[in-house]
Amino acid sequence: MLPVSYYVGLSAILFAIGALGVLIRRNAIIIFMSIELMLNAANLAFVAFARAHEAISGQIFVFFVITVAAAEVAVGLALIVAIFRTKQSIDVDQMSSLKG
Amino acid sequence: MTPEFITFIFLALISVASALGMLFSRNAVYSAVYLIINFITVAIFYLMLGGAFIAVSQVAVYAGAIMVLFLFVIMLLGAEKLGKSGTLAWQRPLAIILGLGLIVETLYILFFQANEIIAIKDLPEGFGSPSSIGTVLFQEYLLPFEITSILLLVAMVGAIILTRQEKKNV
Repeated sequence: MLPVSYYVGLSAILFAIGALGVLIRRNAIIIFMSIELMLNAANLAFVAFARAHEAISGQIFVFFVITVAAAEVAVGLALIVAIFRTKQSIDVDQMSSLKG
Repeated sequence: MTPEFITFIFLALISVASALGMLFSRNAVYSAVYLIINFITVAIFYLMLGGAFIAVSQVAVYAGAIMVLFLFVIMLLGAEKLGKSGTLAWQRPLAIILGLGLIVETLYILFFQANEIIAIKDLPEGFGSPSSIGTVLFQEYLLPFEITSILLLVAMVGAIILTRQEKKNV
């Protein structure tokens, strides 16, 4: 097996790309996808360390992260749909007022 | 240059390239498809790391269910093409500098500071198989597993309430 640092390095790169996406994109759906990318990068680090330590608990935690991500996507996309319905836009720069 | 190393480099390049494609694509549908490619490469990494069950659930839940939901919402809203927005001109270069800083710092700590080399042993038989995952999940982590079901129920109710058409006279 390759050294675990290779996988953690790749995970760090993917996480940084996701963080960059949250910072530079203004489309709410793209920002959401970047958050999924960051969750995925964290999962990759979990599985890599689970392999290195031969601990199955790391994979169980990834399982829970996937579940939480599914719940988060359901609620988040519902929020985006609700915002789009009132503002006719999902540009996060325009979501600056408290009252629609 | 073992075959495993070549596979890793090749898949890592695909993974990073598809993540960047997701980031810089103008069309949100293309972004979603790039992200699906990324999820599938990560699933192959899970397979290389001995997580067969996690790899399959990654493909089924992430690349399947979650991204289909994304594509569905993108097409429902007709939001696949958004014009460029430049309200804060200094934000993009600053974000790129900060993101590169994050990568460089992490890689520096990873390769020059963390000297603890973890001994890699051969895996025991059945590591990461559905039966081993299920045994641990239903014995050691039974309570978190049950709480997860409540979380999913709350998310479902929340999504229904949030997208409900409101009455006009409220």
